[in-house]
Amino acid sequence: MSTTQLGTGSAWLSRVVVLAIVVTVGLPLSALIVWSVAFRWNYPDVLPEQWGRQAWSYVASPSSRVFEGLRHSLVIGVLVTAMANVIGLPTARALGMHEFRGKGLVEWLLLMPIIVPAIVATMGIHIMFLRWGLTGSYFGIALVHLIPALPYFVLITASVFANYGTELEDTARTLGAGRAQVFVWVTLPAIGPGLTVASMFTFLVSWSQYVTTLLIGGGRIITLPMVLFPFLAAGDNANAAAVSLVFVAPAIVVLVLTSRRLNTDSTVMGGFGRL
Amino acid sequence: MARRLERLFSRFRTPLMLLPSLLVIVLLFGGGMLVGIGQSFGYFPAIGLRDWTFDNYVNVATDQTFLRSLWLTFRIAFVSTVLSAVIAVALVMVLRYSFTGSKFTTFIFQIPLPVPHLVAASGLLLLFTQSGIFARIAATLGLIDRPADFPVLVFDRPGVSIVLTFLWKEVPFIGLVVLAILRSIGPQFEELAQTLGAGPWQRFRHVLLPLIMPGVLATSIIVFAFTFANYEIPLLLGVRSPTTLPVLAFRNYGDADLGLRPEAMAISVILAVISLILLGAYRRLTRYAMR
Repeated sequence: MSTTQLGTGSAWLSRVVVLAIVVTVGLPLSALIVWSVAFRWNYPDVLPEQWGRQAWSYVASPSSRVFEGLRHSLVIGVLVTAMANVIGLPTARALGMHEFRGKGLVEWLLLMPIIVPAIVATMGIHIMFLRWGLTGSYFGIALVHLIPALPYFVLITASVFANYGTELEDTARTLGAGRAQVFVWVTLPAIGPGLTVASMFTFLVSWSQYVTTLLIGGGRIITLPMVLFPFLAAGDNANAAAVSLVFVAPAIVVLVLTSRRLNTDSTVMGGFGRL
Repeated sequence: MARRLERLFSRFRTPLMLLPSLLVIVLLFGGGMLVGIGQSFGYFPAIGLRDWTFDNYVNVATDQTFLRSLWLTFRIAFVSTVLSAVIAVALVMVLRYSFTGSKFTTFIFQIPLPVPHLVAASGLLLLFTQSGIFARIAATLGLIDRPADFPVLVFDRPGVSIVLTFLWKEVPFIGLVVLAILRSIGPQFEELAQTLGAGPWQRFRHVLLPLIMPGVLATSIIVFAFTFANYEIPLLLGVRSPTTLPVLAFRNYGDADLGLRPEAMAISVILAVISLILLGAYRRLTRYAMR
């Protein structure tokens, strides 16, 4: 018997697992979709009595502040991703390709923000940022998001560099290419796909942040999760469902683009643990 | 001159490449931690406190609200982690085979990974409240008469819906890591064990489990640390009191009475110390896994 085939007696087992997974994952997401287009849906009806676009019209109107939150979330997410690329790329290369003393210590330092909750550091940073006038600014929020985002960017990109050889770079250098030319024409194309995954992932870490934005934003910068929370807390189902769907959209896009890598690359997988 | 610079650069190349990231972590994360730890020991110059003291920790440790929160936080994190790990391993034992629909199911299994926790909570709210979709189905089937007959699963003291949200998110996380490990191992060990006469349970217990255990434990620690420190899910789905440590710390921190801040910091520091112990365990496990 090959272990990649289920015995005929276990066929029902695989059907149970398929059903369990599809229902468990699908039900909450389907509930969101149905509620977002429900107009009148009173207890105990299992399906809405009347359908409508009211929730989506409200989401599109300025008074819901969804567009404002979307804009802030996007700007901060892009800023965090850009900063992670600039700061993290050299580190990832060193970790992935060089052997050096204290490598264990560096990895340990990088793991710290993944395991140790950001709440102490964020509260301490809040006091410093208040003094420096960084609270309520895109840059201040992006810096705090960088704490959980950068380690994942570095660890994923380091695993990309670990499978990367310098032969092509050396050849290009021998042929007279400068450092910048080698980087743009040799290194970037080679690590491009892995770097894209790491960047999308870094964006999502920032996208999902709630308490750090709340604290450092000081209420002046409203991101999408901060728009969503009051609808949820107030039990405003239709609007909460519509905003949730806006909030989850980039995550689904990233999943579709990266799902093939997830099966083969456990570092990418590990990154998702924090979202 | 240029050559000397080049040599100097190549000598410090690795440290220079590491420097920017380490600065972010040491200055921002470490610096923030130090300020926070300072405050928890009573050093808070901004409101005129300069005397180092253990009082905040003593106050916190003798406070019933804190102790009940600590217990609730620990229980939610522990139950979520153990159940996630067990369910994940059980599902993966089937998912690793190829059968009709296995590729599709694995894709569906991945969906919760990038979904923000708040969206997961949002979906579960629509299902599990007393006027939620499950309550409506129960009413339609005649199982309950009024919404109040449906069990309280959301905004409940034990935090059932908090655990359910974490399970929805973390089962696929642990499961997919274990699946990746199993695929990298391949079937040869199991086949060998079978040739030697080991039954299905023996093959799982003595061959597969020892191989996947370091991965299961390492991901479980990440899950525990995350569920232990999560703020928005218990804030949304839990009751006001007892609440979890992060919510309690943040509530004290945001209080108009600035004098409560050092205690909020003490609570956060306790949270961080517990996580640091976990980090040590994680490093040991992953090093063991490398061997």
